[in-house]
Amino acid sequence: MAFLTDRKRASGLGSAKTGTEHFWNMQVSSVALAILVPLFVFTFGPVVGEDHAAVVAHFARPFPAIVAALTIVVGFSHFKNGAQVMIEDYAHGTMRKALIIGVICLSYACMATGLFALVRLAL
Amino acid sequence: MADVNRGNRPLSPHLQIYRPQLTSITSILTRITGNALILASILVVWWLLAASYDADYFAVADAVVTGWFGKLVFLGSIWAIWYHMLAGLRHLYYDSGRGLDIPTAERLGWACIGGSVVLTLITVVIL
Repeated sequence: MAFLTDRKRASGLGSAKTGTEHFWNMQVSSVALAILVPLFVFTFGPVVGEDHAAVVAHFARPFPAIVAALTIVVGFSHFKNGAQVMIEDYAHGTMRKALIIGVICLSYACMATGLFALVRLAL
Repeated sequence: MADVNRGNRPLSPHLQIYRPQLTSITSILTRITGNALILASILVVWWLLAASYDADYFAVADAVVTGWFGKLVFLGSIWAIWYHMLAGLRHLYYDSGRGLDIPTAERLGWACIGGSVVLTLITVVIL
């Protein structure tokens, strides 16, 4: 016992054993998005309004394609967790479960569609 | 005795009893902007999917994205994403245990509002 720190003896003994993952995921994804969002706005923005050939050529380049892919993955993951908090505040019971499942499905569907489109554009 | 007067107790004050404050308004705006960004996100994903498909399908999606509806959504979303980003950075600062006294919190609130408008103008000029 003498070799255990106070932190080690206390950890995992709370009533829920877990519970900080959601908060930590939001912190990590928000730091990532603080870097990704400005990069995405200024690599995606200029190509909106261009013709089809220019758009295809733009996303065949590595930097715009990788920034867009990372923003889509981290962004929809951040949306999934953030929208869940809003639903938990306003909806209750079965409606709450249904809406949270719906948001999770929408987030992963958008993520998969965006990545599929980017891979097709890049290759 | 625990269930005496169940459901008929005085309630804690509801939203309508509070005077709107800068800190509460900026907090509510963070939630609204973050969740509203789903609309532009879906448009972006659809536009990318159409671009990856062929020129005809791209023309359909591009007409929506660059039409009045798309322009309105994207202009609003440019402000929303800058506001949400600044408010998020403010939350990270709060989470470190700093900036929680009222004068600092109100200054940070005005910084989010002013900063998001400035960043939106810069973005619109550049793009």
